[in-house]
Amino acid sequence: MNRQTQKRLLGVAALAITAVIWQIIAEYVVGRSFILPSVTDVAGAFVNLLGSGTLLADTVVSLEHFGIGLIAALLLGVPIGILMGWFRVADYLLDPIIEILRPIPPLAWIPFAIIWFGLTTQAAGFVIFAGAFFPILTATYSAFRDVPKVFVEAGKVLGCDTSLELIRYVALPAAIPGIVSGIRIAMGVGWMCLVAAEMFGVSSYGLGYQLWHNYYLHQMPNVVVYMLILGFVGLFIDRIFRNYVDKQLLRWRAGEVA
Amino acid sequence: MSGVSIRNLGKAFPKEDGTVTQALENVNLEIGDTEFICLVGPSGCGKTTLLRIIAGLETATTGSVTVEGRAVTGPDPKRGMVFQEYSLFPWRRVVDNVAFGLEMKGVGKEERRKTADRYIEMVGLSQFRDAYPYELSGGMRQRVAIARALANDPDVLLMDEPFGALDAQTRNRMQKELLSLWEQTKKTIVFVTHSVDEAVYLSDRIVVLSHRPGSVREIVEIPWSRPRDRTSAGFAEVRRRVLRMIDETENPQ
Repeated sequence: MNRQTQKRLLGVAALAITAVIWQIIAEYVVGRSFILPSVTDVAGAFVNLLGSGTLLADTVVSLEHFGIGLIAALLLGVPIGILMGWFRVADYLLDPIIEILRPIPPLAWIPFAIIWFGLTTQAAGFVIFAGAFFPILTATYSAFRDVPKVFVEAGKVLGCDTSLELIRYVALPAAIPGIVSGIRIAMGVGWMCLVAAEMFGVSSYGLGYQLWHNYYLHQMPNVVVYMLILGFVGLFIDRIFRNYVDKQLLRWRAGEVA
Repeated sequence: MSGVSIRNLGKAFPKEDGTVTQALENVNLEIGDTEFICLVGPSGCGKTTLLRIIAGLETATTGSVTVEGRAVTGPDPKRGMVFQEYSLFPWRRVVDNVAFGLEMKGVGKEERRKTADRYIEMVGLSQFRDAYPYELSGGMRQRVAIARALANDPDVLLMDEPFGALDAQTRNRMQKELLSLWEQTKKTIVFVTHSVDEAVYLSDRIVVLSHRPGSVREIVEIPWSRPRDRTSAGFAEVRRRVLRMIDETENPQ
């Protein structure tokens, strides 16, 4: 038995044992589905929710919120990080502003998200943006500050005449690994913000909204279903991203993982 | 065609406390076309600074450097540079590293790769053209770096202790290969080294710099043909002379 199959088998075994213990505790120790739904309760709830048909729609809505927020964070965070990392004046100008805004918890933006955007997709996207923007910005900034000097000088003697050329052909490719790990952190933070944004009523759809809604209805097995879906989708997004990055972007860093 | 002329060159670095460190003072040096020059001197004598000023990566405080009659004002692909540290772009394959300068000049993909392939062959790495730098040994990386500098067809090739990080055997092989490249391409080479042995083996003239502030202390001509025999009595004699000079400038009586 090779190591891969061994790892798989042990993983599956651990999950199965956890499920059995969970079932026993829920059914025979706690005994109330409201306090701790059992595995079979949750499975049943899952089948019911599949039948009612909003599960897929809610996932799509949540992904939409997430996508809007993350793309906005990328579109602003990467260029501003580049500016601050490359041009000292931009750093001195923007740093005080960033330092004041950054410690504000992303969820503190929820009231203004609603006032500015109403109960729209953009409002939820904005809260996710508030969470994802700073990790991307700071990662881009430090990746640019850490570009080895010898690469920049090599670029100069090889004919990069302008800052734009140096950024495009030397600094940005050198900074990609750092930016990529910032994006991964941002996706994690963004996903957390997503649930909160939807729970606090920025949206009337989505996985986070449904989770909270089912809590009001005291449908705790449904709550667990949404919790698990949130976990799985988050995991899935991270895996796809890592795969893409390793295969497409970072072939030149064999053996290292973003 | 492409001599380097250094006149009354001085360089001072400002320090934190407002005073300055005079790194180079009153350096005068004429380097002929297709000449192979080695700069040696005690550590901290400013030989790397001098090379970087010729490259245009540092600006002189006083005096001037002209290459082929034109004053040096900034980095230019006409002055190729090979660094001591590994400076290949790790995200580019060997062929695209070598083609980088041509890409900056706007040469089309097909053509620049063809030129790059020629230089990769010249340094004997054709079978690694599609490899990434992390797949290469230290000696191979420096060969690619040399090919990358040559692909721009520079007037002068500036080399800052390029073999300093290599083991002794690889280093000797690289020196031989560099001489053969120099004979093929007829470039002017300015080569900074810590190793007097390397300087005697490679150069037409050895320029010995004095201790800080660096200036030209002495120029030693080496008229012998190449390849040179490191074990010969004459070789040892020149090496001893240059070492004594460096030693004297470092510990003046």
